[in-house]
Amino acid sequence: MESTVIIEKGIFIVAIFAITMIMAMYSTWAERKVAAWLQDRIGPNRAGPLGLLQPLADGLKLFSKEEFIPDTRNKFLFLAGPAISMSVALMTSAVIPWGDKLHIAGRDVILQATDIDVALLYIFGVLSVGVYGIMIGGWASNNKFSLMSAMRAGSQMISYEVAMGLAVIALVMMSGTLSLREIAAQQSGMNWNVFYQPVGFIIFLVCSFAETNRTPFDLAECEAELIGGYHTEYSSMKMGFYLFAEYASMFISSTILAVLYFGAYNYPGIEWAVENWGVNIANSIGMVVLFVKICFFIFFYMWVRWTIPRFRYDQLMNLGWKMLIPIAIANIVITGIVILLADKFL
Amino acid sequence: MSLDTISLSGKKMEVSNKKMSFWESLYLVAIVKGLLITIRHLFTRKVTIKYPEQRRELSPVYRGQHMLKRDDQGRENCTACGLCAVACPAEAITMKAAERKPGEEHLYREEKYAEIYEINMLRCIFCGLCEEACPKDAIYLTETKVMVASASKREDFIYGKDKLVMPLEMALRNSKNKVS
Ligand code: SF4
Ligand code: SF4
Repeated sequence: MESTVIIEKGIFIVAIFAITMIMAMYSTWAERKVAAWLQDRIGPNRAGPLGLLQPLADGLKLFSKEEFIPDTRNKFLFLAGPAISMSVALMTSAVIPWGDKLHIAGRDVILQATDIDVALLYIFGVLSVGVYGIMIGGWASNNKFSLMSAMRAGSQMISYEVAMGLAVIALVMMSGTLSLREIAAQQSGMNWNVFYQPVGFIIFLVCSFAETNRTPFDLAECEAELIGGYHTEYSSMKMGFYLFAEYASMFISSTILAVLYFGAYNYPGIEWAVENWGVNIANSIGMVVLFVKICFFIFFYMWVRWTIPRFRYDQLMNLGWKMLIPIAIANIVITGIVILLADKFL
Repeated sequence: MSLDTISLSGKKMEVSNKKMSFWESLYLVAIVKGLLITIRHLFTRKVTIKYPEQRRELSPVYRGQHMLKRDDQGRENCTACGLCAVACPAEAITMKAAERKPGEEHLYREEKYAEIYEINMLRCIFCGLCEEACPKDAIYLTETKVMVASASKREDFIYGKDKLVMPLEMALRNSKNKVS
């Protein structure tokens, strides 16, 4: 590989890492602000203007807390839990197309860390590893509440992954590719998949709430029953890692939602912009548009969190197995029939 | 009439445990309704009062930090009778009496006065019983209109006469108002 490509990718990866971190940091701030606004309050406003330094203050607080490791046989696993959660949350961002391409110094720079053609499979693979972070952490804590929470998180994630996968299959049948880059490119203009796959989108949305362990599916950290859930025994920055990973994966899953169903970096009039303003400007706007979409979904996550109470465990399982999966299968069948008919008659 | 049908408040509702339909058990409609309710709150006026900068208006009978009053001529009312300390359910008040010397008549109204008068604000429950007990109209909780501020040391909560006695200017202002 040429060294320019390596440098280019290196810069890009660092940039994505930084952006994910900053987004995760400010999601914690935004979460409190949104919570406050929805409850007629103001929210953090003391640390810096508008409370913008609050995430830094939180980080500082977590760093200065006592590092406590319970007396467990598995110190290594105990330490590995948060690390797995965090790395998995970050790994998914490698295949996300953040924009189309830029034209810099006579070369086309693709705005994606790596364009593998089974990106969608990769995402699902990585997502399902995510549960290990919680399972291992909860199990190694040597605490029954942590273990119970880990079991809950595990069964919840596995159940919802099924529905999520089925929802995506309908999408893949339509687009005929597993590459996120192509899926994004197919949705140019206003050709967003959400208009073709509304049911699939809703199922995917519900499942991503479950996958990221967000309310109403945050049974894993249900304070009333399980103290803190799987991170009960964690303190200091290890705890911070778990919390941070939750926000990072919220950012990533918002991105996936935006890319798969809301047209990624596409906006109406992108072709016109490419012709008249050039590739660079048009695609920079595209990146901004993608970020606006992502921010909307992050807001949506928070909006839902401060609206609905947590589901009961049996409701959660009922919803997953008895509602979402049948609907997802019906969605696949209908999509298949429509594709066949369209092939025949159009 | 059987007991089940009586509703004294007129608001009695039957609990319905009917089975949810498939559509209902998806919760989607209910969730969307909930989302619409919460989003409306995003735009309502916020109720927060940014405390140290903004203060809530206190009611006229708000019981805050105590004030040991002076009379029209700026003399302290308190005669160190100790009735407030006796009345206090929290044992928050301590004092030491002293006799007024000749020449101090402009300072203290009675022949006996409190040399030391301390209220432990951590013990005080702001019940106002000291105010009720005082025969000399000397102690009031409704005058200062301030809440006792926080501090980081326990000793800082023991308020002596320096903090409790009504400022002289206030007494003078009061007497002026009375004359005019
Ligand atoms: S307000 Fe009540 S508790 Fe406080 S000093 Fe007076 S009598 Fe004691
Ligand atoms: S404040 Fe009133 S009750 Fe208390 S010692 Fe003084 S005069 Fe007596």
